[in-house]
Amino acid sequence: MSKVFDTELPFPTLAKTALADAQLRANLAHATTTIRDKRLKVVGELDDWEQLRSAGAAIKDYSLDHLDELCVELERNVIAHGGIVHWARDAKEANEIVVSLVQATGVDSVVKVKSMATAEIELNVALEQHGITAYETDLAELIVQLGDDLPSHILVPAIHKNRSQIRQIFIDEMGKSGLAAPEGLTNDPAALAAAARAHLRQRFLSAKVAISGANFVIADTGSLVVVESEGNGRMCLTLPETLISVVGIEKILPNWQSLEVFMQLLPRSSTGERMNPYTSIFTGATTGNGPSNFHLVLIDNGRSSALAEDTGRDVLRCIRCSACLNVCPVYERTGGHTYGNPYPGPIGAVLVPQLRRGERTPLENSLPYASSLCGACYVACPVKIDIPKILVRLRSEVVDATRASARPRTPRDESRREGLFVSSALPTRHCHGWAGRAPAAAEPAFLTAAAQQVERGSRCATSAGDVISHVVRSDTPRRCRPGTRAGHSTCTADPPP
Amino acid sequence: MLSSIATALGDHAHRTSLSTTREYRVEGSRGALERRDLLMDRLVDYRAHVVQCDNASLSTTINQLLLVHGSRSVAMPADVPATWTDSLEAHVHRDDPVLSVTDLDEIDSTVSGCAVAIAQTGTIILDSGVHQGRRALSLIPDHLIVVIFDEQIVEVVPEGVARLAPDSAQTWISGPSATSDIELERIEGVHGPRTLDVIVVSSATEL
Repeated sequence: MSKVFDTELPFPTLAKTALADAQLRANLAHATTTIRDKRLKVVGELDDWEQLRSAGAAIKDYSLDHLDELCVELERNVIAHGGIVHWARDAKEANEIVVSLVQATGVDSVVKVKSMATAEIELNVALEQHGITAYETDLAELIVQLGDDLPSHILVPAIHKNRSQIRQIFIDEMGKSGLAAPEGLTNDPAALAAAARAHLRQRFLSAKVAISGANFVIADTGSLVVVESEGNGRMCLTLPETLISVVGIEKILPNWQSLEVFMQLLPRSSTGERMNPYTSIFTGATTGNGPSNFHLVLIDNGRSSALAEDTGRDVLRCIRCSACLNVCPVYERTGGHTYGNPYPGPIGAVLVPQLRRGERTPLENSLPYASSLCGACYVACPVKIDIPKILVRLRSEVVDATRASARPRTPRDESRREGLFVSSALPTRHCHGWAGRAPAAAEPAFLTAAAQQVERGSRCATSAGDVISHVVRSDTPRRCRPGTRAGHSTCTADPPP
Repeated sequence: MLSSIATALGDHAHRTSLSTTREYRVEGSRGALERRDLLMDRLVDYRAHVVQCDNASLSTTINQLLLVHGSRSVAMPADVPATWTDSLEAHVHRDDPVLSVTDLDEIDSTVSGCAVAIAQTGTIILDSGVHQGRRALSLIPDHLIVVIFDEQIVEVVPEGVARLAPDSAQTWISGPSATSDIELERIEGVHGPRTLDVIVVSSATEL
């Protein structure tokens, strides 16, 4: 059975385990350092990068502002090109639709292109429950699937594994589900990639049904855009007879011209390349030149309720590049599993609580605190999502909700509340130095932890805006630096203005 | 679902309109020769092998690349002119009648034209149009040779996007198949063609 995130433990509890894993810390430090340098280099090549970021944010804002109209326009154009559009209000509906579509083809296995949307709805589990095997074909997803592991990064789900660990997984597991790893397999990345190629080759060439996501869908043409590197996406999008693409409604762009912005922003931000090796763009059914049956499953799953909030709408701009993960001092130390869901890092900390609005589990309550508020994520974001500002807003919501359900107040609580608490109506004082500190799971303890942070007022900035204004020209966190203890960010000496 | 989206968005009167001004670069500043040099530089940077030739030597250039790769068979789109194939020693399989997946898996190389090439990013775009054929041709054989003519080269991404028909089935190619999935280091060669050769065809007077 595919593994899924089933934890309800809060971030600090999960972080404690991760921080004790020295190998994990070494793997993450190596990988995030590599990608940070690459990203800075290719972003630095463009003198219009800031204009592209602004354009990306503006186009996304427009799309979200007109999402109902664009959904209808998209549906019309996909149908006009021979595709079929399905609407899914939540994960359950989406899974039911995909399962029934696969069952209708009569196959018992499908090939998959890496997709955050299908990870979010836990599609592989739903397929397994109906006797359908989903083979992941992205190299990192393959590593995760073979190792019965969980993804820990949006772009590179196996970022927590190094080459030697990957070699061992291939040797131990490949033979159980297909062609075994070759004799004498080394930990040379090229050899590991070659082993993956051989393992999946016949599966690609004989697959009847593929499942993908999409990076962008274009309303005025009905086109889907799938950005990848390895060619597994091309195999899945080109060779099978039936293609099912599961896409969140926030992926819609208004028009073809928008691609000129996003095909510059995404590759440079995600893999630090001027352009990714392969991008496939197709419209509807592509009989004779690709799948003759095309189904687009548009999923809401919390997006429309996020859309109703300003901060939720900002978060829905996200193009899943993962630049914010790679620059985050907290993510670099704790890794992705600590965030308890397929969307880790700074974007996960703001996206998940908003997609699951109304759910106040210890995990969702803890995610807005999984940050030092250093602002590096905002600076790196290609669509200018002000993640620190949203984190602060979400923290205030946590405090408000927790306060409402807490034990009867004492006079001491009241005096604290008046002077020190973060309020959603008037956010006044916010600490940035929480990561790694561990409030207990129970809500009243959280309340206490929040209060303790605020009480350290002398080490805090006065507002999120102030914090950001100090770091906006840098790609690395300046106000906060890693402390001597793992995962523990401490504020530097800058006094609040 | 649509009604919950519409409810979340609220009143139409308050919705923003899309700005028509594009403050980023929408066209390049280089001349044709500089543009071509930039493309070749960027292609090489992403581990493509690049050669130049003129129209008269195109077929012999293709033949040479096939020999170097050790290819004995080559797939070609149905509409490729004889001037591309005259000198080839390898067995030419035109995609007419349509080559099966199994056929393509046994063929060593593919030769394809392209729709447009973007110099700034080293990107070649195939749109299933003239001299390109089906997407599977440039995917399954392990060695791909792409032929680019000077007039197909643009400098920046917006110029490339503007030249494309949105409803064509497109493949954007920037270097050979690659992955960054092991320790975030780029390694060439996974499921797509592991070797990418690019021929830039220039008018004879320039060479």
